[in-house]
Amino acid sequence: MNMLLKNREALLVVAILALLTLITLRFPGFIQPANLGRVYNDTSILIILALGQMAVILTRCIDLSMAANLALCGMVAGLINVALPGLPIPLVIAAVVALGAVLGSINGLLVWKLNIPPIVVTLGTLTIFRGSIFLLTGGQWINAHQMSDVFKGLPRADFLGIPALSWFSIAIMAIVFVVMTRTTVGRAFYAVGGNPHAAIYTGIDVGRTRFLAYCLSGALAGLAGYLWVSRYAVAYVDIALGFELDIIAACVIGGISIAGGIGSVPGAVLGALFLGVIKNALPVINISPFAQMAISGTVIIIAVAVNARAERRKGRVILKKAEAH
Amino acid sequence: MAEAPMTTRHIPDRLQGRSARVLKSWESLLVVVAILIFTVNSFASPYFLDPWNLSDATFNFTEKALIAFAMAMVVISGEIDLSVASIVALTSTAMGYAATQGFDTPALVAVGLATGLACGAINGLLVTRLGLPSIVVTIGTMSLFRGIAFIVLGDQAFTSYPASFAYFGQGYVWWVFSFEFCLFLGFALFYAALLHLTNFGRAVYAIGNNQTAALFSGVRVARVKFTLFLLTGLMSGIAAICLTSRLGSTRPSIALGWELEVVTMVVLGGVSILGGSGTIGGVVLAALIMGMVTFGFGLLNVPGIVMSIFIGLLLISVIALPILYTRLKRRMAH
Repeated sequence: MNMLLKNREALLVVAILALLTLITLRFPGFIQPANLGRVYNDTSILIILALGQMAVILTRCIDLSMAANLALCGMVAGLINVALPGLPIPLVIAAVVALGAVLGSINGLLVWKLNIPPIVVTLGTLTIFRGSIFLLTGGQWINAHQMSDVFKGLPRADFLGIPALSWFSIAIMAIVFVVMTRTTVGRAFYAVGGNPHAAIYTGIDVGRTRFLAYCLSGALAGLAGYLWVSRYAVAYVDIALGFELDIIAACVIGGISIAGGIGSVPGAVLGALFLGVIKNALPVINISPFAQMAISGTVIIIAVAVNARAERRKGRVILKKAEAH
Repeated sequence: MAEAPMTTRHIPDRLQGRSARVLKSWESLLVVVAILIFTVNSFASPYFLDPWNLSDATFNFTEKALIAFAMAMVVISGEIDLSVASIVALTSTAMGYAATQGFDTPALVAVGLATGLACGAINGLLVTRLGLPSIVVTIGTMSLFRGIAFIVLGDQAFTSYPASFAYFGQGYVWWVFSFEFCLFLGFALFYAALLHLTNFGRAVYAIGNNQTAALFSGVRVARVKFTLFLLTGLMSGIAAICLTSRLGSTRPSIALGWELEVVTMVVLGGVSILGGSGTIGGVVLAALIMGMVTFGFGLLNVPGIVMSIFIGLLLISVIALPILYTRLKRRMAH
């Protein structure tokens, strides 16, 4: 049992399997492979976002502006498509990923160059990004009939029997996994969050590493913006409102420590899947979708309590406080 | 953090005098900004300087400011409570449910205060007993509390409040001074006294500056923090009573996004988000400034979402500008 508690990923897999068993008792059709595939596909965007958030949280920061960034980039993707319907979709995606990265870099620069606490920066940019959508559109919607068929069709396009949306999340997962485990910048994310002072003495620029984490989360939010708008075929000011909480919830459930330095790609993915299974199961087992918010709140609290138990070491609090000054 | 080991400390020949310190303080800057906005508003709109209009304008900030007083103390102690808006929603739902069961006004107030306190106690217990980081705990309870309101109400609304309940949000104590505004002034004095004149207030600063040192100096850290979360819950409950009474209805999305505005108010008021410093006077001034800005924008027909951009810019720039200013000054000195 202790071993299991120590290994977050194994614990999560068990939790998800238990959840699936419970759901199957009420509704046997849920664990059909085709349905599980749909659940995964539905969770793809959350997975992409959770991986970006993970990089930021690893460096002891937080990005509350991801959902607003997604909405702004999604709207821009829609506007580009309306203005230039013939523009190839890869170019649209490249444009919004770049835009997302620039928006993320604003967060990163404020944290890096001015040392403003991340939570304040991203609370501020969250409202600024969202407000910018209104300034950009005057509150107008972009509806399905205004978007080109290629634009809307890409996330649904079938490749080897799996929708492209799922492929996007699989590709991002692979890229982020390689970055986190096989590159110096990935190592730096962990080092900066684990012990910023030690990181300085090993020659890592703490501020620059945090800046890069924000660029990554911004770029992934930009990509998710296109995927969101094209999948749901609508863009307006309030898309993904409050989704930043789901993203952070996925990370916390996935065992990524809010104190930085601890977390893994499989953890973040499983955390997102856990939420995705709950979200998709509620309607089929006749629980009001209104209950979802309360359930994810409860899950966040339980997950962070479990995390704290696993991370607690003697003297840690005192050491952390000493480092902070 | 990154440049900490390299900076050389500059030791002044003499300390600044009291008047110089007061003049250079964050609060004086806020007073100047407040006067500036007041003047600009009076020129921008002919309707601004009417006493009744100004009285209406106070409703823009009184409820949020009530929460901000308690939030300021939580932030000074180095914690944060992001669940305040959800506590307002849950409290309002509880009162709405009680009202449909035929409770009269005093009982509704009791239900409101009790719900607020209970939510605060849950946050406090999770933070102090389990030692969890308050930012994640309150993101969780933020989702949980509003989630319960959604389970109870779904897409419905409670609207059947007794007539006498309307006084808290719509009544006037004397002339243009509304009940809410008097409550705001009363609690401003109460929290200023609590933070600046009592041992409890000292303990809050001590915890925010160095929790370990405070613990070893005999401050009961866990008890103080628990009390702070209790106070935040209570103030959210009081704000919920005022807001529900003013609107006369409860939807689960009531007070959505208020946590952002309350935190902005606290930070704009000069409270360090890292804990350890800040004053209630600053928060009062910040509340007045934010109230006047939103009211002025409203008179000029600026949409709410554009106001929120301004609030976001304000939040970042009030923190960034002093940092840039000191950096510039240091560069000039060399």
